[in-house]
Amino acid sequence: MHNVWLHRYTVLVAVCTLFLVVAGGLVTSNDAGLSVPDWPLSYGKLMPKMEGGIFFEHGHRMVATTVGMLTIGLAIWLWRSEQRRWMRRLGFIALAAVIVQGILGGMTVIFLLPKPVSISHACLAQLFFSTTVLIALFTSAEWKRRLPMVEDDGAPGLHLLAAAVPLFVLTQLALGAAARHRAIGVLPHVIGAAVVMGMILWIVIRTLVRHSGVAPLRRSALCLLVIGVSQVFLGVAAYMSRIATVDAPQPMAVMVTFTVAHVAVGALTMAASVVMTAEVFRNVRRPLLDMRAGAAVRA
Amino acid sequence: MKKFLLSCGAASLLLLSACGSKTETTETKKEEAPAAAAPAAAPVDDANAATVTGKVAFSGTKPTPRNISMDATPACARAHTTPPKSQEVVVNDNGTLRNTFVWVKAGLPDKQWPAAATAVKLDQKGCMYEPHVFGVMANQNIEVTNSDPTNHNIHPQPKENREWNESQPPKGEAKMKSFPRQEVMIPVKCNVHPWMRSYIGVVNHPFFAVTGDDGTFTIKGLPPGEYTIEAWHEKYGAKEMKVTVAPKDSKTADFDFKG
Repeated sequence: MHNVWLHRYTVLVAVCTLFLVVAGGLVTSNDAGLSVPDWPLSYGKLMPKMEGGIFFEHGHRMVATTVGMLTIGLAIWLWRSEQRRWMRRLGFIALAAVIVQGILGGMTVIFLLPKPVSISHACLAQLFFSTTVLIALFTSAEWKRRLPMVEDDGAPGLHLLAAAVPLFVLTQLALGAAARHRAIGVLPHVIGAAVVMGMILWIVIRTLVRHSGVAPLRRSALCLLVIGVSQVFLGVAAYMSRIATVDAPQPMAVMVTFTVAHVAVGALTMAASVVMTAEVFRNVRRPLLDMRAGAAVRA
Repeated sequence: MKKFLLSCGAASLLLLSACGSKTETTETKKEEAPAAAAPAAAPVDDANAATVTGKVAFSGTKPTPRNISMDATPACARAHTTPPKSQEVVVNDNGTLRNTFVWVKAGLPDKQWPAAATAVKLDQKGCMYEPHVFGVMANQNIEVTNSDPTNHNIHPQPKENREWNESQPPKGEAKMKSFPRQEVMIPVKCNVHPWMRSYIGVVNHPFFAVTGDDGTFTIKGLPPGEYTIEAWHEKYGAKEMKVTVAPKDSKTADFDFKG
């Protein structure tokens, strides 16, 4: 039975998580990551004076605490009301991820932004957001409605393509985080953008040409396309604004705006790619399974 | 669906660990140990000591100083009647460059120069560091004070010395800090107020100076010898010059940075 309030709650968690990603992006873009030298308290208090970089860093901690609480609620709600065992587990995976993410965030402060930790913190943020989006998708009424599966015998298999795209996107997000934390130059991220955009176009065109009649597939493909293209333009804008303000004595609003938008839409790209993957696995029959089924019938 | 979720999770964890391990080696911290012991330096014979003086000229188009917006912290904004300017490039009225760190980079005998007993003061005033560029000897104390009615964090980012990050409340108690290893230069920043920057030149000897509002410098008390003098500027980088001084000599070493 569909639980509409649970679904609404999962959407709330996903929206708050996106806001958390934005808050995290604001911290890095404003160079405020170490404006509060202590953790878990801030200047020895629960609520320091919110000014300058402290506003961004402590604000990020406050949003993170809220999302952590919401995730605890989500895990409990799923555990108590979900019939699907894997969904109950997914709730606890999300909870584990948000706890690890909090610890990584604390480590960035205590160990003065070690690059591996900062990059892992950025990568896990994207994975956690995608997890919340998937939970929202899996608790929706539409997901529970069974549609007839469609055939796809193209090569490579649509399932393989659908599984590869989120991995490419995550790699690209990791390259972006590494460039942002100055572990590598920007070139690998630029090359990655071309590769990922190619992958997105590939799966989108393939889906729209062959399966535009299947509403969830069409919708998720178009969504991925729009978000992916926006992300490329935001990436160019973020880079140009950084170049234009390189001599500024402090982070400028234009650079911060485009960079944070690029980070947020990066998270949306990741989420759109995993939704696309989930829809492919749900709505497209795998040729291999058909062959096995046929063999079983013949036997 | 379960398989899909499991394989996604496993692949993501693999990727995460891979991206995390990429730069691990770059973060290895240097040991906080003093430089290798050398024999103590005998006091320079004043009668034979040489002096190097010079000026750091600026040529090219004088950059327009950039305004700093302190609106995010009203206590900082209130400290200034006119918008404060960036101190990155300050060209004096006589066409010279302020805040250039000049030091003897090479040529001194391999001796251990005792650290100066007096502390050098680094103040946070009007949400700016004062001084913007300064030098200290290795192990010499730096007295960090906060004259502002707002919180600051002091965050030096050395490569050869230990990095640290500490907060200092309004009018808080002074902090005594020092760096044991020679390092030119150590950037210092405040992450609460991202425009705040200072640079510390830490050297093993007392032969250094910083150009002021006339763009000149004087390095006194040098033993006779052949030296490499370096002038470092935060935007324009470093330039070197060879200078040979005889006993009681007085030499000139002028530098020129192009804008």
